[in-house]
Amino acid sequence: MKKMVYLAISGGLLMQPAMADDVFFEASGKVSTEATIYAHEGQFANQDYRTNFSLAVEPEFYWDWNEQQDSLTFKPFFRKDQRDDARTHADIREFNWVHFSDDWELRTGISRVFWGVTEFQNLVDVINQKDAVEGLDKEHKLGQPMINLSLVKDWGIVDVYVLPGFRQQTSPGVKGRLRAGLVIDADTTTYDATNKDQHIDLAARWGHSIDAYDVGAHWYKGTDRTPLYLPISDNGNNGLSAHYQAIEQVGLDVQATIGSWLWKAELIHQTNPVEDFWASQLGAEYTFYGVQESAADLGVLLEYGKDQRGTRANSVMQNDVGIGARLDLNDTQSSSMFAGVIYDLDFHTSSASVAGSRRLGEDQTLSIEMQVFASENSNDPAAIFAKDDYLKLTLDSYF
Amino acid sequence: MMIKQLTTALIAGLVLAFSAAPSFAASDEDKGLAIAQQMKTRDAGWVDMTASMKMVLRNKNGQESEREIRMKVLEVADDGDKSLSIFDRPRDVKGTAFLSFSHTSGADDQWLYLPALKRVKRIASRNKSGPFMGSEFSFEDLASFEIEKYSYKFIKEEACAMGTCFVVEQYPTDKNSGYTKRIVWIDKTEYRMVKTAFYDRKNSLLKTLTTDDYQQYKGQFWRPSAMQMVNHQSKKSTDLTYDTYQFGNGLSAADFNQNTLKRAR
Repeated sequence: MKKMVYLAISGGLLMQPAMADDVFFEASGKVSTEATIYAHEGQFANQDYRTNFSLAVEPEFYWDWNEQQDSLTFKPFFRKDQRDDARTHADIREFNWVHFSDDWELRTGISRVFWGVTEFQNLVDVINQKDAVEGLDKEHKLGQPMINLSLVKDWGIVDVYVLPGFRQQTSPGVKGRLRAGLVIDADTTTYDATNKDQHIDLAARWGHSIDAYDVGAHWYKGTDRTPLYLPISDNGNNGLSAHYQAIEQVGLDVQATIGSWLWKAELIHQTNPVEDFWASQLGAEYTFYGVQESAADLGVLLEYGKDQRGTRANSVMQNDVGIGARLDLNDTQSSSMFAGVIYDLDFHTSSASVAGSRRLGEDQTLSIEMQVFASENSNDPAAIFAKDDYLKLTLDSYF
Repeated sequence: MMIKQLTTALIAGLVLAFSAAPSFAASDEDKGLAIAQQMKTRDAGWVDMTASMKMVLRNKNGQESEREIRMKVLEVADDGDKSLSIFDRPRDVKGTAFLSFSHTSGADDQWLYLPALKRVKRIASRNKSGPFMGSEFSFEDLASFEIEKYSYKFIKEEACAMGTCFVVEQYPTDKNSGYTKRIVWIDKTEYRMVKTAFYDRKNSLLKTLTTDDYQQYKGQFWRPSAMQMVNHQSKKSTDLTYDTYQFGNGLSAADFNQNTLKRAR
């Protein structure tokens, strides 16, 4: 089915008049150098190290023609990891042809889509698979093959998606950190869909801004991006097998932007072969502008995540409170910092993170991230990270 | 003293006659307002505009940092403009885009597109006084001029870089403004802003903006090619140069929505 996408792209490109004079081309991208220091050696086999280095390259090639009404973006991604072979990986983040007219836009190819308004997790963000080996922050996603028609109406923007081809979530390998004791074996993955990762998933979303309110509603039918993990034994080797359910989901996301307040809500109702359930993420953010007569802004936020399935949920915040603070210095180097704590009300465990970044010179940024897990309760799924407290330095060089 | 006051009154009267203001015996407040109205009237009808701008940020040691932004702006009758700004430099924010629907009264609507996350974020427009990309320009300094945003007081006329200027004090009506007042020098013949002095919340001189190298477009609309903002308190400065102004691009409201924000580049 991925063939369908490639055929559509090449068909679309061939139909364009070949006017080489009017084609605009641009290459850019970044190289990321990363060093991670762990507070302890890991608690599981093959995790007997405390430092790790890694290098990633993400170039972007862009063409447009037909007075920008047509464009093509190609954005591959490569990572080499010192220790973890599963983290050494490549992906096509984007290979996407976009054509737009006055009130519609067609996006064909591999791309990434973000839906949502909250900060600690995004329940409504269902289109792309997570590239989970990239980090815990869930911001890294694998490219998803899609045909997306977007219609711009007076009453909002409607997006319809046909999603051929499913991507499995990436996961740390035998030598990786931030994993369970058992390693996930990608070869044993099972699906509800009889045609497995060839299932064509469908989605639609309506989004609109009405005064201070930004509202979105979506429907999704297809394979769940978040797997369930089952222990397996293969010739005496124990591991984990991922199972991807067939789900149907509807959801709502709302943000009210009123003065210095942002009020946020994400709500989903999902039906899968096992059960029906509701989940929500609610929160508010308040920003103090120009703190202490300076140019700096300080934002404080509070969010609560609830999943009706309770402790059986495969979401991160099934009954959790998240508290965060964001400091933007608004200086020439765009220095900023975020500190957050998530507290689990079911397991009484918490994890805290601090992240900061700053531009160095004109073409580089330096980021620092620190993550601490306080999960003594071995019933909490997060207990697998108990020895994985880390400090990560990343230098991004842009070209 | 008497003569000076009389002269001022006479000149002000002439100004008002020129501005087609209703009353001859107008107050300084009315004169200030009339000048602002004349400025707005003369600049009305430009419909749409695109331009590139480059900022050079300079700290007190003379270290420089550059910003490059392209913008599309649509004039909206009886309301604030709609604008889409696309950041090209520094490279780490390349592809970031900013969509703004400004309003003559009430909060502006603003969205930021973050290309790395493919995320559109609605942001609070409360942050008027904050620096724009670390420069000496704040968001309100770069916003479109609307009559309703200030109350006015005519001060005097005096010689300036572009002949004779009206000197007018403008007091922001928005309590979130970073200023108590600004003093604006407007040239008498073409109603162009020549110089602006900004006074902070403690009413001390914070910044001075000088505007140079005006060009006239479509035989009517004057636009500066260069601006310099100097912060007297921090000793930092920002040079802003505009390039490739284009009017009559056929832009419409359809060019300003979340889809155009996401594909902006």
